[in-house]
Amino acid sequence: MSGSSSVAAMKKVVQQLRLEAGLNRVKVSQAAADLKQFCLQNVQHDPLLTGVSSSTNPFRPQKVCSFL
Amino acid sequence: MKTRRTLKGHGNKVLCMDWCKDKRRIVSSSQDGKVIVWDSFTTNKEHAVTMPCTWVMACAYAPSGCAIACGGLDNKCSVYPLTFDKNENMAAKKKSVAMHTNYLSACSFTNSDMQILTASGDGTCALWDVESGQLLQSFHGHGADVLCLDLAPSETGNTFVSGGCDKKAMVWDMRSGQCVQAFETHESDINSVRYYPSGDAFASGSDDATCRLYDLRADREVAIYSKESIIFGASSVDFSLSGRLLFAGYNDYTINVWDVLKGSRVSILFGHENRVSTLRVSPDGTAFCSGSWDHTLRVWA
Repeated sequence: MSGSSSVAAMKKVVQQLRLEAGLNRVKVSQAAADLKQFCLQNVQHDPLLTGVSSSTNPFRPQKVCSFL
Repeated sequence: MKTRRTLKGHGNKVLCMDWCKDKRRIVSSSQDGKVIVWDSFTTNKEHAVTMPCTWVMACAYAPSGCAIACGGLDNKCSVYPLTFDKNENMAAKKKSVAMHTNYLSACSFTNSDMQILTASGDGTCALWDVESGQLLQSFHGHGADVLCLDLAPSETGNTFVSGGCDKKAMVWDMRSGQCVQAFETHESDINSVRYYPSGDAFASGSDDATCRLYDLRADREVAIYSKESIIFGASSVDFSLSGRLLFAGYNDYTINVWDVLKGSRVSILFGHENRVSTLRVSPDGTAFCSGSWDHTLRVWA
C-alpha cells in the first residue's frame, strides 16, 4: 500500500534528520582557522607550491645526460 | 606549471586515472574499453588490458602496486593482478569483485588490496572483499546516480564521501553503512569529491561550474570557487599536498588552479583539446596528471 510505504520512508527520513541534527558542530571561525593552520604548516612540504629544482624533480627535463 | 609529459595511446576518451603509490606509475581507462598502466617518467606503457565493455569509467591502483581495479558499463568492478611475466595473459587472471545493477562510476581500494569501495549509477555505494567477492557493506541514501567517491585519509578513520546526480555529497561510516553527514548546496550533479589532506574537509566539483569546500566539523559549506566567466562544469578536483591549491578540470578543456584559503583563482592551464575528465595529484605532490576526452593524459609540474 503506497500509504504505509511512504510513511515508512518518511520515518526513515526523520530518523536520519534527527541523527544529523544531533551532531556536535564546531563554529566556522574555529574550523576555518584549523584548515588555515594545517595548510600553512604544510606549505613548505608542498612541491607544487614551492617549486622543486630541476635536479630533484623527476618530471623536469634533465639537461645533461651522462653515459657510463 | 606546464605539461611535462603527454601520455598518448588511448584510442578514445580517457575517463579515469589513478596514481600508484610509487609516485610514478599511472593507470588510466578509456571509452574504447582499454585500461593502460604507464610509467609516467618514461611515458612507456607497461601493461594494457582490453575490457569486455566500452566506457570504462573507473579505475584504481591497489596500494601494493600489484593490481588494478576497473569497471564501467559492465556494471562490475574487476581486479587484475599486474604481472611482468610475458607469458601470462593479464585478462586470464581477472577477478570480478563487485556487481551493481547499473554502471560503475567510481572505485577505490581501501587501505589494503583486500577491500574495494565502489559507486554506481544504481544510486548506491558498496564495500567488497576482493578475495571472495562478497558484499561487506552497502550504502543507500543517494536519490540518483552516485558519480564519485573518496576515502578519508587514513589518520581520520573509516569514512568516505560520495557525490551524486541528486546534487548531494554524503559522508558515510564504512562500518555501519550509515550516512553521518549530508551536504546539498550544489545546483547540479556533483562530478568529483576529494578530501582535504587533513581529513577535516572535502572539496567537490559540479556541473553547476563551481567547486565548493565543505568543512566536516562545522558541518557546512565554507567556500565556493567560481567565476562568472566559468560556465562549464568541473569534472574532477584534487588538492595539492598542503591543501593550499585546488586543481579542477573543466568541460571547457581547461584546468583552473584555485587558492583554497583565499577563494581566488591562481592560474589557468591550457593544453587539452577536449574536456578534462579526470585529475589526480601524485602521492608525493610533485606533479599532477589530467586525463581528457582528447585521448591523452598530461603530467603537469
